[in-house]
Amino acid sequence: MSKYTPVIGLEIHVELNTRSKMFCGCKNDPFGADTPNSHVCPVCLGMPGALPVPNKKAIESTVLLGLALGCSINRHSKFDRKHYRYPDLPKGYQITQYELPFCYGSALHTSEGLVRLRRIHLEEDTAKLLHAKRKGEESRIDFNRSGVPLMELVTEPDIHSAPQAKEFGKRLRAVILYLGISDADLERGNMRLEASVSLRKEGETALPSYKVELKNINSFSFMEKAVLFEIKRQTALLETGTQPTQETRGWHEATGETVLQRSKENADDYRYFPDPDIPPIELSEALLARLQAAIPELPDAKVARWKQEYGIEERYGAMLSDDRGEAEKWEALFSALKKESVPVADFVKDVVNKKTAFTHTAPVADIQKHYHSQRAVAAPSREKVTEAVAAVIQENAKAVADFRGGNEKTLMFLLGAVFKKLHTKLGADCIREELLKALRGR
Amino acid sequence: MLLDRTIAELQTLLSSKEISARELVEEAYVSIEKHNNALSAFITVREKKDALRDADAADNSPSRGPLSGIPFCLKDAYVTKDLRTTAGSAVLDTFIPPYSATVAERLLAGGAILIGKNNMDAWGHGSTSENTDYGAVRNPWNLGRVAGGSSGGSAAAVAARMAAFAIGEDTGGSIRAPASMCNVTGLKVTYGRLSRYGAIAYASSLDTVGPMAKSAEDLALVLAAVAGADPRDATSSRREVHAYHRLLEKPLAGTRIGVPKEFLAEELSGEVRRAVDEAIRTYTSLGATIISVSIPSLSFAVPIYYLIATSETSSNLNRYDGVRFGNGRERFTEETMRRIVVGTYALKAGYHDELYTRATKGRTLLIREFDALWSSCDMLLGPTMPDVPYKLGALTEDPVKMYLADIFTVPVNLTGLPSLALPAGFSDDNLPIGVQLIGKKFDEESLLAAGAAYQRATKWHKKEPAL
Repeated sequence: MSKYTPVIGLEIHVELNTRSKMFCGCKNDPFGADTPNSHVCPVCLGMPGALPVPNKKAIESTVLLGLALGCSINRHSKFDRKHYRYPDLPKGYQITQYELPFCYGSALHTSEGLVRLRRIHLEEDTAKLLHAKRKGEESRIDFNRSGVPLMELVTEPDIHSAPQAKEFGKRLRAVILYLGISDADLERGNMRLEASVSLRKEGETALPSYKVELKNINSFSFMEKAVLFEIKRQTALLETGTQPTQETRGWHEATGETVLQRSKENADDYRYFPDPDIPPIELSEALLARLQAAIPELPDAKVARWKQEYGIEERYGAMLSDDRGEAEKWEALFSALKKESVPVADFVKDVVNKKTAFTHTAPVADIQKHYHSQRAVAAPSREKVTEAVAAVIQENAKAVADFRGGNEKTLMFLLGAVFKKLHTKLGADCIREELLKALRGR
Repeated sequence: MLLDRTIAELQTLLSSKEISARELVEEAYVSIEKHNNALSAFITVREKKDALRDADAADNSPSRGPLSGIPFCLKDAYVTKDLRTTAGSAVLDTFIPPYSATVAERLLAGGAILIGKNNMDAWGHGSTSENTDYGAVRNPWNLGRVAGGSSGGSAAAVAARMAAFAIGEDTGGSIRAPASMCNVTGLKVTYGRLSRYGAIAYASSLDTVGPMAKSAEDLALVLAAVAGADPRDATSSRREVHAYHRLLEKPLAGTRIGVPKEFLAEELSGEVRRAVDEAIRTYTSLGATIISVSIPSLSFAVPIYYLIATSETSSNLNRYDGVRFGNGRERFTEETMRRIVVGTYALKAGYHDELYTRATKGRTLLIREFDALWSSCDMLLGPTMPDVPYKLGALTEDPVKMYLADIFTVPVNLTGLPSLALPAGFSDDNLPIGVQLIGKKFDEESLLAAGAAYQRATKWHKKEPAL
């Protein structure tokens, strides 16, 4: 067992699916563009004299996510400039939010505990660099992505395992998809994951004096692998008495390793200040109320309700509720089946375990017919069960004696034998009951 | 000359076909050919044939606006589609913009004829139009003197009748200082009154777009044509735009004009002081009541301004890397680099609170002090510049002295108020002196009416330089 506890925080960037870009009227569709630099204008090219006008819809999407996650909202907010020079940043600064993010606070539940959310803010995406692959080629810049609305969510370092990091990401993604504010496609980079990982001795509570930022992670399983690798790497260093350094590392899927990208010994100075081109943003009570009312039932709540209304096991419900549109179709079917007294829980179990070809597009009547006839025809009568149980007891004297002698494990063996005799598992609970009665009731 | 006349007079003559826009444009080019070499008022003069083609189109157009066929020029801070725009800097020497500024679009849509792009202090960084890579602008009244800045080329062009009006840009006095030094009338509008879209930014929270012309009446006409909300500028105001040129007869009787005592401090030259006193007498004779008021924090305005303006400019100029357009940063002038360095320090972690943040607090203080004056007065009157136009090179070696010359103009930008610069007399050496009226937010109407009343009572604005 490791004597270190991982301390993990996540930074998740999500491109919003608004029609236009964050600060100009250009189409927000870098993947749908026919050619590079076709969805551009003076604003997203950072031309002299061009001015940003914030996208109201993007602000609303960000606040909507904040409200859905139970965050506090800064009613009075603003945009700031963050300065650095890079070829993908045409203005020499990124418009982002520094002191007053739209959303802050709250926490998201995971099976390994609560993960607190620090903030959610809104900024603009950078252009995309297409680097030369061969000598003699030029590196190029595609500004179709420049100025795409980009939401950034930052957690507190409350995550303590790689699977928990993955679970958090998946839960967050499900909520984002439910709200319909982003396509949240990791492969396309709609949703980008960054994890900061450090280790502390078990039992300690202070934050470690360093952290390693992991980038270039474009799937949840890569994140899990990258974090696992990093925990191992840092453990090995610490065990030889070496303090890991503050640095940024990239995940390389081909080698299954993280690789040093740059060391960060000093904090960058981005010279933040309020963007004078954008007046402060005031969010009205009426807007917040309208957004609050627009929050749909979220996946966790839906699964809980399905359990209550249809008896669907949570683990199965979770599998059918990932996609909001699909979930709504399933639910329409559930409600129709329930009216026809079809056992919805059994049906869902069969669907998830691929024991039926029915989907949510199947006619209710067909499903009803199948489940009702299956039950009528296939569930063996009590008489048949009693007969089979008696035969099995007779044929398996040793196992019966073992059971009666206290070895309850043989029950499963005997039950299997009865199923075999009956050629069905239908009515399993009833069969088990009969068997137990026969074994004990002597 | 036809270009001596007011825009309204020219429009009457154009409408009745007594003159043509072609004649006006020809006249502008004659002045440019005669005087531009000496004045350096333009960085780029449009091809004459293009301007004449536009003039003919205006002459033949059945629909006429108040500016149809009127020749104008733009400070080179405004981007113009397919026409080189440099902001006075060699960094943009080769820059051909793909779009036009809103103010240019509105004027062109109204049928006005663009003649060219005026010389200026690079990026607006200066009060004398000497910090330019296109030759210092000379004062039409005395070629050994500066024209004021940073919109010096625009002021010189209007004074030398190279156009009927110009669009300048005022961040810390850049319209009013050259107007005052070249005997031109200039309006610094309320922040938000005109769209800044396409104005190459110096300091975004202070930059304002405004007209320069021969009279308040002309300014009113131009302002009515270009003011108003623009969906491409989030800081532009939706406040109603008035027909300013029809509101110029408003009587001055009962108007309370405050004269801040800090505006009459000892740094004011004797000749400027005399001109201010005379303007006060003129306004008294027109029926206004003069009240002495105070702006206690005025002396902090210059340091506050030079922290905020340099911070913003260090950010705004960060985009010029010579990668996608223009030349590299090594082409910035020494003065521009000085401002970038000062601004970079003011925003740096560790200095930020003491410099930038403190300056923004000082700005709020100044705003409050000006606000408090409006209960007792309707507008303020004071000098525009502390002295007559400087000799060329007199201030370039001493940047702090140059910055201090902005003491009466920068408070207006820090507070976002409108201000009208009016010609108000001449020194013994025949150098122009100006005064400014400062108004309440979005009350350009009262300023222009008070300016027009003053210009009905005086003839300073009618005087022309002997070139």
